[in-house]
Amino acid sequence: MRDWLIYRTFWDLTVSGVALGLIYALVALGYTMVYGVLRLINFAHSEIFMVGTFGVLISLTQVFGINLFEDGEYPYRSGIVLVLILLGSTVAAMVVSGAGAVVLERTAYRPLRGAGDTFGAVVLAFLTGLIASFLFTDSMMTNLMIAAVITGPLAVVYVRIFRKGRQAPRLAFLISAIGASMAMAEAVATWGPDERVVYKTPRVLEKKVLFNFFGADVRIDYVIVAFGAILMMTALLLFVNRTRLGRGIRAVAQDAETARILGVNVNSVILVTFLLGGAMAGGAAMMFTLVYDQTRFNIGFLLGVKSFTAAVLGGIGNIKGALLGGIVLGLAENYGSSIFGGQWKDVIAFIVLLVVLMFRPTGILGESLGKARV
Amino acid sequence: MLLEVQDLHVFYGKIEAIKGISFNVNEGEIVSLIGANGAGKTTTMRTISGVRPVAQGRILFEGQDITNMAPHDRVKLGICQAPEGRGIFPGMTVRENLDMGTYIRGYKSATKAADMEHVISLFPRLGERISQMGGTLSGGEQQMLAIGRALMSRPRLMLLDEPSMGLAPMLIAQIFSIVKQINSEGISVLMVEQNATQALKTAHRGYVLETGYVMKTGTGADLLVDPAVRAAYLGG
Repeated sequence: MRDWLIYRTFWDLTVSGVALGLIYALVALGYTMVYGVLRLINFAHSEIFMVGTFGVLISLTQVFGINLFEDGEYPYRSGIVLVLILLGSTVAAMVVSGAGAVVLERTAYRPLRGAGDTFGAVVLAFLTGLIASFLFTDSMMTNLMIAAVITGPLAVVYVRIFRKGRQAPRLAFLISAIGASMAMAEAVATWGPDERVVYKTPRVLEKKVLFNFFGADVRIDYVIVAFGAILMMTALLLFVNRTRLGRGIRAVAQDAETARILGVNVNSVILVTFLLGGAMAGGAAMMFTLVYDQTRFNIGFLLGVKSFTAAVLGGIGNIKGALLGGIVLGLAENYGSSIFGGQWKDVIAFIVLLVVLMFRPTGILGESLGKARV
Repeated sequence: MLLEVQDLHVFYGKIEAIKGISFNVNEGEIVSLIGANGAGKTTTMRTISGVRPVAQGRILFEGQDITNMAPHDRVKLGICQAPEGRGIFPGMTVRENLDMGTYIRGYKSATKAADMEHVISLFPRLGERISQMGGTLSGGEQQMLAIGRALMSRPRLMLLDEPSMGLAPMLIAQIFSIVKQINSEGISVLMVEQNATQALKTAHRGYVLETGYVMKTGTGADLLVDPAVRAAYLGG
């Protein structure tokens, strides 16, 4: 009985597993690239993905003015309007996530590297003032004013703490990452009229079955995920291998000090890396909402952990490894949950990781951002 | 004066690696810094390139104070280094490694093709290996690549950190003759070496470093015959 079930749904599971795996892979790219240039696990990357899904939500409901339902039906669009809406919300997600990643790097990480950066100190001072003021009053206007007043003197203190040449210990980066992650998730959780609610995103795409693949239904949203993910990864690989800044990224990943000696501005390379990783997470956020039609403040957590697993599985620091790791993980989860039951889904993902790391500690393809080639 | 180092102090953590050294390089000169392990030679080179912070003292390039200048801006001024251990990017081809030398001038620099031809004429071996990965080259080839890559940046001052390290005697002679040739093309050279005999023979002037101090200075020829230098560094 069970065997028959597996046989019948095998290709269904494969199709949805690959789609899920590609979303993991896009998020995994952010972990992998930042690890490559900084040897740092950016644990706040999951929240960069999360803010991207809210970028989609806001662009669909506020910019395009689409409601969840129109006369009790899904607000399906078609033709050129649909294409524009999908492209527009993708761009919105990529911009929100990319900008989030850049601000994250400049406030949470760069000050710790001893780069002597005032921008990070000022933003941190403002955020500290804003958060502290919420202890006393809930009025946003009052709080913004209090924060603005506090920013000046506090920024002076921060500039002294994060002065040039003062490199923080490795552990400080990790704690900063976790702190930034919690701050972003909680900021979104308390945003809007309903706290900690699941937000439905308008379903503009009618999920028609396009064709049959060994008896499995291939829906249009899966096809968009596959094309979108492959397009974005190809663009990323071309950027890393064919452009000057891309070569700078590879040089810093292989030997940061020699790269500096040869004239590579390491801080701008790191910034571009965060921007690219954020944009990829934004693309993933768009695909996620396309398939699941919803988001929540903590949506990034488990997906982030899985994507990080995918990055390690494929070989952290390795761009193609992220693709492979994502797909392996997506498939393993789907097959596993069908064999053992849905509640085992996450357990299976981590067992796969354990088994692979027992035999190949550097992941399936090994560690190497620098060696990434088309 | 092209490069002037005044009373330089550099720390590694809490240890003072350089304890107030002063030296200079004139336009068109080859200058060698010699000394044993731990004398602070590599730290000095890295500080001139800007990847080690200066605790005290000044570095001047053509009279301009570059003590706190970012490393990439120093490359723009014309200071480029072939670092200790060669610093070849293992996952890049020889061509890509050479391209990294033109990073500051932009990826599509007009003179890149001509510069690459010039480097390959100096090191024909690099031409044969142009599409090979940097990590697969022999030690001598890597050293040629490191020097060639620094040349690609069109430097005024070339910094060479231990160019002869780990090489066979025949290759060492070849590397030093290339250094002379580069110098004859108008590029000043500051070189750090443990192979004191060869370094002093090649250089116009030399400085002997000892645990963070300049112990002695003079022309290459004078230092070669100096009894104290001979006893300590040239094997008697």
